[in-house]
Amino acid sequence: MRLRVGIDVGGTNTDAVLMSDRELVASFKTPTTEDVTSGVVTALGGVLGGAGGLGSGVAAVMIGTTHFTNAVVQRRDLAPTAILRLGLPATQSLPPMVDWPDDLREASGNHSYLAKGGLEFDGRPISPIDPAELRAIARDIAARGLENVAVSAVFSPIKPEAELDAIEILREVLPEARYTASCQIGRTGLLERENAAILNASLRVLGGRIVGAFRQALADFGLQAPLYFTQNDGTLMSAEYVERFPVLTIASGPTNSMRGAAFLSGLKEAIVVDIGGTTSDIGALHYGFPREASVAVEVGGVRTNFRMPDILSIGLGGGSVVSEQPFGIGPRSVGFRLSQEALVFGGRTLTATDLVVAGGLAAVGERERVRHLPADLVEKGLGWIQEHLSASVEKVLLSPEPIPVIVVGGGSILAKDAIAGLPVIRPAHYQVANAVGAAIAQVSGETDRVYALSDLPRERALEEARFLATQAAVDAGADPATVEIVDVEDVPLAYLPGNATRIRVKAVGEVQLA
Amino acid sequence: MRNIELADLEDIALGAAVLGAGGGGDPYVGKLMAQAALRAGGPVALIGADEVGDEDLVVPVAMMGAPTVMVEKLPSGFEVMQAFGALQAYLGRSVRAVMSMEIGGLNSTIPIAVAAHEGLPLVDADGMGRAFPELQMVTPTLHGVKATPMAICDEKGNAALLETIDNHWTERLARSMTVDMGGAAMIALYPMLGKQLRPSVVRGSISLAQQVGRAIRSARVERRDPVAGLLGACPGALLFEGKIQDVSRQTDGAFVRGRVRLEGIHASRGRDFQIEFQNENLVALCGGEPVACVPDLISTLDLETAEPITTERLRYGLRVAVVGLPADPQWTSPAGLELVGPERFGYRFPYRPVRELLPASGRA
Repeated sequence: MRLRVGIDVGGTNTDAVLMSDRELVASFKTPTTEDVTSGVVTALGGVLGGAGGLGSGVAAVMIGTTHFTNAVVQRRDLAPTAILRLGLPATQSLPPMVDWPDDLREASGNHSYLAKGGLEFDGRPISPIDPAELRAIARDIAARGLENVAVSAVFSPIKPEAELDAIEILREVLPEARYTASCQIGRTGLLERENAAILNASLRVLGGRIVGAFRQALADFGLQAPLYFTQNDGTLMSAEYVERFPVLTIASGPTNSMRGAAFLSGLKEAIVVDIGGTTSDIGALHYGFPREASVAVEVGGVRTNFRMPDILSIGLGGGSVVSEQPFGIGPRSVGFRLSQEALVFGGRTLTATDLVVAGGLAAVGERERVRHLPADLVEKGLGWIQEHLSASVEKVLLSPEPIPVIVVGGGSILAKDAIAGLPVIRPAHYQVANAVGAAIAQVSGETDRVYALSDLPRERALEEARFLATQAAVDAGADPATVEIVDVEDVPLAYLPGNATRIRVKAVGEVQLA
Repeated sequence: MRNIELADLEDIALGAAVLGAGGGGDPYVGKLMAQAALRAGGPVALIGADEVGDEDLVVPVAMMGAPTVMVEKLPSGFEVMQAFGALQAYLGRSVRAVMSMEIGGLNSTIPIAVAAHEGLPLVDADGMGRAFPELQMVTPTLHGVKATPMAICDEKGNAALLETIDNHWTERLARSMTVDMGGAAMIALYPMLGKQLRPSVVRGSISLAQQVGRAIRSARVERRDPVAGLLGACPGALLFEGKIQDVSRQTDGAFVRGRVRLEGIHASRGRDFQIEFQNENLVALCGGEPVACVPDLISTLDLETAEPITTERLRYGLRVAVVGLPADPQWTSPAGLELVGPERFGYRFPYRPVRELLPASGRA
């Protein structure tokens, strides 16, 4: 039996599921804890204990966690980081971290260096790398006691050596440092790619600690299974990979829910509404994957070019507070204190959940406690919820075709049987769709480079890009036999000779299980 | 005269992206450069074209080349100052003010950086009122103003001065130098005296960009419809609201040509709509009939936020509002249309002003 454990750490709850191939065997929901890890341990105990000591049969554990997002947003646990950018004399008008919020720049230490190196769009060097200059920088980094180094170079996505060669020189002086090359993380767009590399470098100490803590938790359960983490495009990274690239886990939560919703419902084209305690995330599934956002995505106030799902988030969840004068619901929420503070649970706060129970749409807590609510208030509130969910679904819809709306998450009782005139589907185990999404996640690899199609025929360029994406997927832990190309995008670039074309390819495969 | 302060740049950059009509590059990098320059050099005086003395020399500056290169090979910051300095030295007299030649996109903010650095005022005007793909496509060309002498510089310190027989040759020669310089270069060109400038530029461009940007941003803050906010701030029409169904692109020489097909939503439901572009949006077709075309501005905006979407970023599934804004009247003269009208871009139909189409499109 191939057992997998999926865990999703959300803002309110930590959910775990145990899956046998494609069957859900057990699930467990527990409040997210301050340290995150102990909540994960509880959830793990919930599913493994509940299944009668199945620990030894578990082939893999998949975790989606908010640790790294929280570290960036709250500016804590970020290690001091050096950033070296190669590209002089170009780029000096906008030094590294130029567009960062001051507090985040301080939190990562604000140590930046510019050096010669980098490439033109066609691969020519802007200026050759100067080893003596790099060694002097390495000595300064050493003198400052910095152990995390991010390296960016102009047009490095064309030729990673632009960064990797410099890292080899730094390593002579700083053999122990942890290096992050921007070309391994981001796409074309120097500032955005570099930002991601710096965030990653500053998260690596935390990454090592978190991965260590999870490994320990698994060991405590006698689990020998390999550990994977979900990343922002809904696919997996091995634990070793997370230690090197923790930044890629940011915003994996909404993606897990959407993938889980696709899996549980068996639908590939649908709208997913994930209703939690505080917010609802609405997104569109296309070929079973969340549609990606097309604009620059900010993380903790920093512009990046990550592969983020296009999610509309509204401040409406099961714990949203209802105010009567003037009338409104949310965005304030009682969050994870719902089971104490809502009226139906004997608390004193009127929440969206209370309205649903009073309206007879769900049986949660004690209905007696909300009998006193005026009928017109309940009706008005339920109408308000319906209108807001419908308007949000309308915004996310891709086409006039009537596609179903899959409702998942702990706050799903808020949704009626139709939203925006579309049929609502509540798949089995909808409460833990996010953990299911983690459990079933695949492994991906991506490449994004500029090719001169006058030198290399289009077919050869595409072939090379497919190869590189496949290789990246295998490096990230995919079973080579299952890797498929899922996305190819090529955009010709204006004003450049030689038919310069940007080619982006993404490959996805099943996890290589031992 | 008034000052451009640090806080104004956000609005100017956003408005400039709308006026880019799908091209001109993302003004983000230009905005950051102007921010740095204003922090170092203080606010920049913005003067009207009428405030420029008859014999005062004005020099426009710009980036030439691929915006996609600019977001990767960021400027050193010295190349544009070197281009400005080289042209000033060649002309042998002091420049009194700096100007933008292209308000659409990142060339709106680069001159602000130069003005701050040089301690000179910026003229509230430009040479296009939008973005166009080639450097002779400016209103001063219509008035016989020469692009040269022109300086072109890269970040390595290479500089060249051009003297050409006409503005088409300037475009041709400067374009090939730009490629050798790495796909993007900084230029100073169209040196003009106040008396030449006044009749030949598009006036009030910086203020218009700022107004448009402010209207969008305040609508967002106040949770009003930002697209409606934009159309309240400048003349223009909502041409279509829809979702992108398909984008196709191919290269044609140095330029990317393409077509985007939209499916209508809201009031546009059931209508078939297409936009054809060459870097910038050229023509909007409804049911196969042109409803707006160059030189009028056709801009695609995110339906919810009114964030302008450049043609490179158009992709399947985006929900957009398409707006049409009238071009400067100089462009709709016979000479203007000959330089930048639909026929110049290979279309067989004559120019149809978006202004006249306002009632037919239903909403303005």
